[in-house]
Amino acid sequence: MDDRRLLTGMHFMNGDEACAEGALAAGCSFFGGYPITPSTEIAEHLARRLPEIGGVFIQMEDELASMAAILGASAAGARAMTATSGPGFSLMLENLGLAVMQELPCVIVDVQRGSPSTGLPTMPGQSDVMQARWGSHGDYEIVAYSPWSVQEMFDLTILAFNTADRYRTPVVMLCDEVVGHMIERLVIPPHEQVEIWNRKKPKVQGNGSFDPFRAQDPDLVPPMAHAGEGYRVHFTGLTHDEHGYPEMSAETHHALVTRLVNKIKVNADQIIRTEDYWLEGAEIVVVAYGCSARSAQRAVREAREMGIPAGLLRLISLWPFPERLFEELSEKVGTIIVAEMNLGQISREVQRVTRRPVTGVFHAGGEMIPPEPILNAIREAAT
Amino acid sequence: MIGIEIAQEHPLDKIIRADRMPHIWCPGCGIGIVMRCYAQAILDSGVPIDQHVVVSGIGCSGRVAGYMNIDSYHTTHGRAIPFAVGMKLVKPELMTTVFSGDGDLTAIGGNHLIHAARRNVDVNVICVNNFNYGMTGGQVGPTTPRGARGTTAPYGNPELPFNLPYLLAASGANFVARWTTLHVRQIRDDILYAFTRPGFTFIEVLAPCPVGFGKSNKIEDGLEEMELYRQRCKLVQDGDVRKDDLSIDLREDKPIYIGRFADQDRPPYQPVKVEVR
Repeated sequence: MDDRRLLTGMHFMNGDEACAEGALAAGCSFFGGYPITPSTEIAEHLARRLPEIGGVFIQMEDELASMAAILGASAAGARAMTATSGPGFSLMLENLGLAVMQELPCVIVDVQRGSPSTGLPTMPGQSDVMQARWGSHGDYEIVAYSPWSVQEMFDLTILAFNTADRYRTPVVMLCDEVVGHMIERLVIPPHEQVEIWNRKKPKVQGNGSFDPFRAQDPDLVPPMAHAGEGYRVHFTGLTHDEHGYPEMSAETHHALVTRLVNKIKVNADQIIRTEDYWLEGAEIVVVAYGCSARSAQRAVREAREMGIPAGLLRLISLWPFPERLFEELSEKVGTIIVAEMNLGQISREVQRVTRRPVTGVFHAGGEMIPPEPILNAIREAAT
Repeated sequence: MIGIEIAQEHPLDKIIRADRMPHIWCPGCGIGIVMRCYAQAILDSGVPIDQHVVVSGIGCSGRVAGYMNIDSYHTTHGRAIPFAVGMKLVKPELMTTVFSGDGDLTAIGGNHLIHAARRNVDVNVICVNNFNYGMTGGQVGPTTPRGARGTTAPYGNPELPFNLPYLLAASGANFVARWTTLHVRQIRDDILYAFTRPGFTFIEVLAPCPVGFGKSNKIEDGLEEMELYRQRCKLVQDGDVRKDDLSIDLREDKPIYIGRFADQDRPPYQPVKVEVR
């Protein structure tokens, strides 16, 4: 590997820059984006770094174009990424649907800020969670990760590329302004410790006979042929048969959309990432993700020091939602508290799955939820 | 007995997806003529077929991607150009052509069109201009002449249309041409020429849409519109045409200027490369 691609060693940088370095480590060779606070450092960093390693950086005219460009790059075989924040993410959702339908792997980084609309451009939010899940029209499943540290901005960006390629799916990095702009230690591992999962490729040689949408493996992921490889593929956003040809029938549509949804569902156990602290014997569990999990960790630690049996479940992936985990958790614990920088998005999912009341520690965004309200909620539950 | 010989092969067999026929286009539609010219240009280009890629947006002209037997990408409405830009920059060896309609490229995709021309990315655009949104049933768009009727302008179009050759030339495209579906040799020749030109190229082809546009505007069928082209088309000579003369109104008896409107050598877009020591 090009030694400029992987800057092995110890660094001190912000989360946006770590995300950009993670993309390079993952083999990203195309970035198309449009400047928007608080994600701009990702574009700025890649504008400097991609030309060093023969990659392509292009600043597009808007987020609609950015998203289209990374899909074209992906269809040509590149690992491709864009980065944005809420207002830009709204525009990208159009072609996120195309990525789902054409099964084009790509990574979309959304460094969330206070929303809706222009909201709080320079201040944090976590309110694009449901937008990532449902924002494009139609039924689909999405993969989304939520990093809580600079190191995880790096690590999860690599994982996002790997997941995108393995399942031929768009993957969203749901970051927040706090994690994007905080400066922490970053350790970039040596080449041999960076795991890369490549796209499944056709086993047959081209021309015309290969079916780019025929999934024969239990993972429901079809192999992918790229432009210029001689397969003469057809990719369309229309409902299509296994060969890729438009097919306007209810049967084909149902079969296609069902497979696209099941492709993520049957692989959910491999995709879902969580982490827990003091969960053993916990009767009160705090659920949190991204920067809010940092406050939640402090609150839970202080509660434990007070002798309250509290634990923390940190969601590293948000989508697909870890339904089975919450079903099991619901059997074991007394109170579930969800702390998030929105007015109840993941808590809604927790309620849906556990079918029980959930205590919310919510803030609409603009500043991190401090540990105190979370600790107060824990103490209240303990009495 | 009359001897009838049925041809077993068509010269375009290897480049058209016969299993996708019949196509969706109406009788008298001009899109098939332009697709045929594009297919012939690919065969004549000397560039291996598998190096050609077609990207299209939404609408009747966008369906061309599904009929060409090459790597083909039928994308979202208006976004064919940025999709093609991403593809071309990753694989510069691909001969990347965007084939779409006037509504797709100049209305919903208008911003992408002018910015791709400004950047001068090495992508070729073939724009079939039939003055309306055909697939959705004859609505007016940015190329519909003022006063012409459409299903969303039942009293006549209150808006002025784009003048596409000057828009593209002003935006910086290296090569800009306009022909009509009557000019099949010129279309093929200029697509071939566009293949050889670095940077952004734009070929507008005026085409009949008898069902969508003709019906509302007293142009009875495709043949009648072809006859209008034959009578009124006037080849531009360098610098002999005023800009406002490039506007088109089939209902008025005035010249339709065709030909090459720009052929320049602005540097094509290249991704930045740096050497780090």
